[in-house]
Amino acid sequence: MRVLACIDRSRHATSVCDHALWSAQRLHASVELLHVIERLPEVAPSTDRSGRLGVDSGESLLRELASIDEQRNRLAHQSGHLLLDDAANRLRSHGLEEITQRLVQGELVDHVRDHEREAALVVVGKHGEAANRATAHLGRNLERVIRASYRPVMIAAESYRPIRRFLFAYDGGKSAAAAIGFLIETGLLNGLEGHILLVGQPSDAEQTHLADATWRLRAAGLSITDSVRSGEPSRVVVDAVDSEGADLLVMGAYGHSRIRTAIIGSTTTELIQASPASMLVCR
Amino acid sequence: MLTAHWRTEWFGNIRGDVLAGLVVALALIPEAIAFSLIAGVDPKVGLYASFSIAVIIAFAGGRPGMISAATGAMALLVVDLVRDHGLEYLLAATILTGIFQVVAGFVGLARVMRFVSTSVMTGFVNALAILIFLAQVPELTGVSWITYPMVAAGLLIIYGLPRLTTAVPSPLVSIVLLTIVTMAFGLDVRTVGDMGALPSSIPTFLLPDIPLNLETLNIILPYAIPLAIVGLLESLMTASIVDDLTDTRSNKHRESTGQGVANIATGFLGGMAGCAMIGQSVINVKSGGRGRLSTLVAGVVLLVLVVGLGDIVGKMPMPALVAVMIMVSIGTFSWKSLDNLRTHPRTSSVVMLSTVAVVVATHNLALGVLVGVLLSGIFFAWKIGQIFAVNSSISDDGRVRTYVVTGQVFYASAEAFINAFDFDEALDRVFIDVGNAHFWDISAVAALDKVVLKFRRDATDVELIGMNAASSTIVDRLGIHDKIDAMDYVPGH
Repeated sequence: MRVLACIDRSRHATSVCDHALWSAQRLHASVELLHVIERLPEVAPSTDRSGRLGVDSGESLLRELASIDEQRNRLAHQSGHLLLDDAANRLRSHGLEEITQRLVQGELVDHVRDHEREAALVVVGKHGEAANRATAHLGRNLERVIRASYRPVMIAAESYRPIRRFLFAYDGGKSAAAAIGFLIETGLLNGLEGHILLVGQPSDAEQTHLADATWRLRAAGLSITDSVRSGEPSRVVVDAVDSEGADLLVMGAYGHSRIRTAIIGSTTTELIQASPASMLVCR
Repeated sequence: MLTAHWRTEWFGNIRGDVLAGLVVALALIPEAIAFSLIAGVDPKVGLYASFSIAVIIAFAGGRPGMISAATGAMALLVVDLVRDHGLEYLLAATILTGIFQVVAGFVGLARVMRFVSTSVMTGFVNALAILIFLAQVPELTGVSWITYPMVAAGLLIIYGLPRLTTAVPSPLVSIVLLTIVTMAFGLDVRTVGDMGALPSSIPTFLLPDIPLNLETLNIILPYAIPLAIVGLLESLMTASIVDDLTDTRSNKHRESTGQGVANIATGFLGGMAGCAMIGQSVINVKSGGRGRLSTLVAGVVLLVLVVGLGDIVGKMPMPALVAVMIMVSIGTFSWKSLDNLRTHPRTSSVVMLSTVAVVVATHNLALGVLVGVLLSGIFFAWKIGQIFAVNSSISDDGRVRTYVVTGQVFYASAEAFINAFDFDEALDRVFIDVGNAHFWDISAVAALDKVVLKFRRDATDVELIGMNAASSTIVDRLGIHDKIDAMDYVPGH
């Protein structure tokens, strides 16, 4: 088994490492450290506005642009390797032996999809590097990664704190069922104390589902209590994270299509933005 | 996500795109005027076209950062149409060209472009450069002597100024200075205003004033087809140049459709057909343009300038325009290809030179490309036909011979294939091992049939060994030697 940890140059990198370490130790898994050098072609370095066409100007421009990119990417490679080495050293100092490092370039979401095949869990930071420029949005990659990933994604909060209690935000959907399946199968949270929460006025059938989910998790060895609360979902869940003292929020993610999300917004996205704790989301 | 992608394409590089768009707009004005004059229409036809194509391609195109407008390649194709039938037929041909290009986009014709080799492309740009230069010759002959020093001064500024500063477009400075000098001294040279009408308003929608019948179609079809081909060819070629420059990918099918949509709309707005421009796209990237915004800004600014400064544009002296166009033709020509004539394989040089020669002789870029593509195909067939050998060995008793065929057997190597067998030997049995050979077409199959049947006639048993999958399908489908009445089909000797 393997945990895929996606680290970047943001301040979340250390936290991602620690979350990966925690998961790997619980799952008896190895860790693959992945750093993606993003291509940012829309940034134009050239400032020649002479509007002149010289001899073979296309080719000379190509050479010039290629050498600028080469310099930039060489630096990116070097610092990428340093970043990965740092992360690997951190993991090693905590006794983890099986570590692979991988430096790739392109889009994070594509590489996560390529590399997650052999992984049980993907760990990413809450904000990516790009978040420094567009802070209101999640690290612009995060939603794409969660949507694209077939594996559960752990979203590391800015700083790591040891995970002792967890909160399961249960909505009765397919992806929540996937989350329960993952917890039972891997035993990631076995032995921890948790709380399972259903928000809204549940029908009888939903009550039964909740009871069933609670029973299954208990049978699998998690000590868990349950409750139903009413209110606006994301608010109630965030409050519950506080009141339960949860270090990890577990939930099914993005039950709805992108189109619906684009129009009425997504509880998942709201929660990722608002949650003070790290999260584990499954689809 | 789609929206994030969209935002990057439009607003990922706002400052760079706006500034580059300005530079391109200024560079487009003289070119659009010059290309209108090449086509034989009023400058406003090219200026309207450049505005409309640039703006529409900004939205509909598949290659952000590429500049499309009225082009020399397209102008050269319509000279006869305009001379014989007039502007209205040009507008109709433009619309039909657009329709063809939209269809080409939907059926994925961009894939066929891979048959246009690098040598043909080089021939294409060289021919284009030569034709653009030749189109300036009438402006340089039979004119007052003052024209020559003015062209020289223009070129001096265009190439000299960037050594001092690259902050302002040097062709623009050249035009402005020469215009001022002409007006101040009242120099005796022709001006753009003498050449035809300039735009005085934004373009309006109008239907071409032509009868909608077969006769019209007969007139415009022979122009619309090469226009569509050349437009797509130059656009897709430019797209891959921009791909390389920016190290990004483009959507070639969307670009084809976008070019079509742009041409259809342009025809209705009173503009001539256009396509992507190699030189302007390079200028755009060089000036820092990367996104769709650069193309949009170029189109809009072009129209605002021309409509707002129409009077001043009309005062622009022709020698200044000629100097800019000489720069364009020098910048379009692939000078490296001259050097490459010595080092490249002779066949690719022949392809390049033939493309150039046909275009310069016929003024039809489509024809030149066609010749180039056909020659490339023939040369390739000839080369691949060399990868072919037949070896044989005879058994100790001299009664059985085994032929081993390796390589590609098709029409170009079929004769060599037959000649490789010795039919004068009296043998009991022949093995033909074709395990490492490919039979590609009916010529190859016919050759194999011939060999087998000839041996049979000489009472030699023939056995084929190791027909590989690709060969056996085509032999199975077409061959006759394994059918019972095979002998009936052998032509008598």
